[in-house]
Amino acid sequence: MVDQTSLQYTAEHEWVQVLGDIATVGITAFAADKLGDVVFVDLPAVGSTVASGKVVGEIESTKSVGELFAPVDGEVTEINEAVVASPELVNSDPFGDGWLVKVRFTELPALLSHTEYSLLVGE
Amino acid sequence: MTEGEFPHPTACLENSVTERPVPHEKLSPLHQVHVDAGASFTDFAGWQMPVRYSSDLAEHHAVRTAAGLFDLSHMAEIIVAGPEAPQALDFALAGKISAIGIGQAKYTLLLSADGGIVDDVVVYRTHADRFGVVANASNRFAAAGALSVRIAEFDATVADESDQLALIAVQGPASLAIIESLATLDIPIAARDLRYYWSSIGTYLGDEAMVGRTGYTGEDGFEIYVKSSKAVPLWTELMQVGRAHGLVPAGLASRDTLRLEAGMPLYSHELTLDTFPVQAGLGRVVNLTKPAHFVGREAVEAGPPEGARVLVGLRAAGKRAGRADYPVLDADDTEVGIVTSGALSPTLGYPIAMAYVDPAVSELGTELFIDVRGTHVPASVVALPFYKRAVT
Repeated sequence: MVDQTSLQYTAEHEWVQVLGDIATVGITAFAADKLGDVVFVDLPAVGSTVASGKVVGEIESTKSVGELFAPVDGEVTEINEAVVASPELVNSDPFGDGWLVKVRFTELPALLSHTEYSLLVGE
Repeated sequence: MTEGEFPHPTACLENSVTERPVPHEKLSPLHQVHVDAGASFTDFAGWQMPVRYSSDLAEHHAVRTAAGLFDLSHMAEIIVAGPEAPQALDFALAGKISAIGIGQAKYTLLLSADGGIVDDVVVYRTHADRFGVVANASNRFAAAGALSVRIAEFDATVADESDQLALIAVQGPASLAIIESLATLDIPIAARDLRYYWSSIGTYLGDEAMVGRTGYTGEDGFEIYVKSSKAVPLWTELMQVGRAHGLVPAGLASRDTLRLEAGMPLYSHELTLDTFPVQAGLGRVVNLTKPAHFVGREAVEAGPPEGARVLVGLRAAGKRAGRADYPVLDADDTEVGIVTSGALSPTLGYPIAMAYVDPAVSELGTELFIDVRGTHVPASVVALPFYKRAVT
C-alpha cells in the first residue's frame, strides 16, 4: 500500500512519486473514480521526450476520455505494460499497480502536497 | 429515448471533476438511498442522478446476465385525458395512438411542424380516455408545452405529473423472477403474462402503481411508476428480493452503453429538431395512413432534403471508441459523417458507434474511418442493433 501522503500531485489529478531522478506518474483515485471504468490507456513511447504540462497520453473509460499530462520535463524510461494490457488496474489500484509512466527528469517543478491536493478535490 | 449529456470527453479531468452539486438541482426521491449506496452523481437535465454505484462495466454486465435496478425518476410523465384524448394524441404525435389497446404502450415521436423531432416518447394507454406520455427529462417542458398547445382544440386536458411520480426500472434476464418475488406489488395481470410493451395498473403499499414491460437496455424488463412517496420502499424491497437473483443498482453510464448496444436512439444525440424520422431509421414510427392531419405530416411526407445523412451503426477495429461529434471519413479523408454516440462495447468487446453518414456510404459493409482525436480508426457500416438478446 502506497503512502499517499508521501506522494506529490498535480492539479490535473496525477500523482508523482520521486525516487532519485525518476518520477513515477499515475492518476489519483479521485480521477479514476470520476472517469469510471478505464477500458483503454494510451501511453508515450519509452525513450520519448516529454514536456511538463503537455499531453502525453490518454485514459479512456466507457464514458469519457481523460488526458495524461506530463508533470515534469524529461525522458520516458518505462511505461506500465501491465496497465496497457489490463486498463482496469487504473481503477483497482490507481496508486500502485495502476501506475502509468516513469520519467527521468532534470529538474522537479513545484507540485502539490497531499494536503494541497486534498483541499483541491475537497476530500 | 431518454438521457442527455455526460460530461464532454476531453473536459472530464480538467473540469467536471471539480463540479459540485448546486442547490437548485433537482433530486430524485431516491437521492439519499443512492448517496448511502455510494453512488457517483452526474448532472442530468438539471437533475442530480446516479451515474454509477461502483463500476459502469459491472453494472452493464449485471443487466446482460442478471438484472440491474435503475432510478429514472427524472423522466417526465404527462397525463392526457378526456373524451377526445385519443384523437388529440393522433393529432399531436406521429403514431396512431387511438389504435392502441387499453394497457398497451407505444413508442412514438413528437414532431415539429417542420418534420423534426421535438422528443421521442412512450405512450401508455392506461384507460380508454386516459394516456400517460413519458418524455425525456431534458424535453419535459417542450413536450408538455407542445402537447398543451396541440390538444387545445380537443375535449382533453394535459397535466404534467412528473413531480409527483417516481420511475424505477428492473432490467435484465432475471427481472421477471424479481418482480414475481415482490409480494407487495399487486397488479391484475401476472408479470409473466404481461407482454412486451404492455402495462398493468395495480397498487403498491396502498397507492396506485403502474408496471410496464418496457425498457431501454435491450433486455427483458419492467418499469414501475409509483408516487414519489413510495419510491424508497419500492427500491429497498426490490433490492432485498433481487439480491438473490443478482440484482445490482445501475447508473446512467451503464444505461447509456446498454441502449447503445441495443441500437436505441438517445435524444440530443441521434434525435434532434433537425432530424427527420426517416434519417434516424424511424420512418415506420410515423403513421402516414392515419386519416386525420397530424403535426409534421406535410413535412414528413415531403421528406428530408436530397442527400440528407442517415443513421448507421459502425463497428471499429481496436479498442479506441469513436465518440459523439467525432468525424467519420472515407478513404480519401473526406468527411462523410459524424458520430452521435460511441463506446467500447462492454458486451461485444469492440468499439461501436452510431453515426449520421452520407447516403452514398451508408450501405452495410462500407469501409470508413473514425477520426479518434487525430487517429483514423477503420470502421465498417454494420446493421443495428449491435446486440440482440437471445429470445428464450
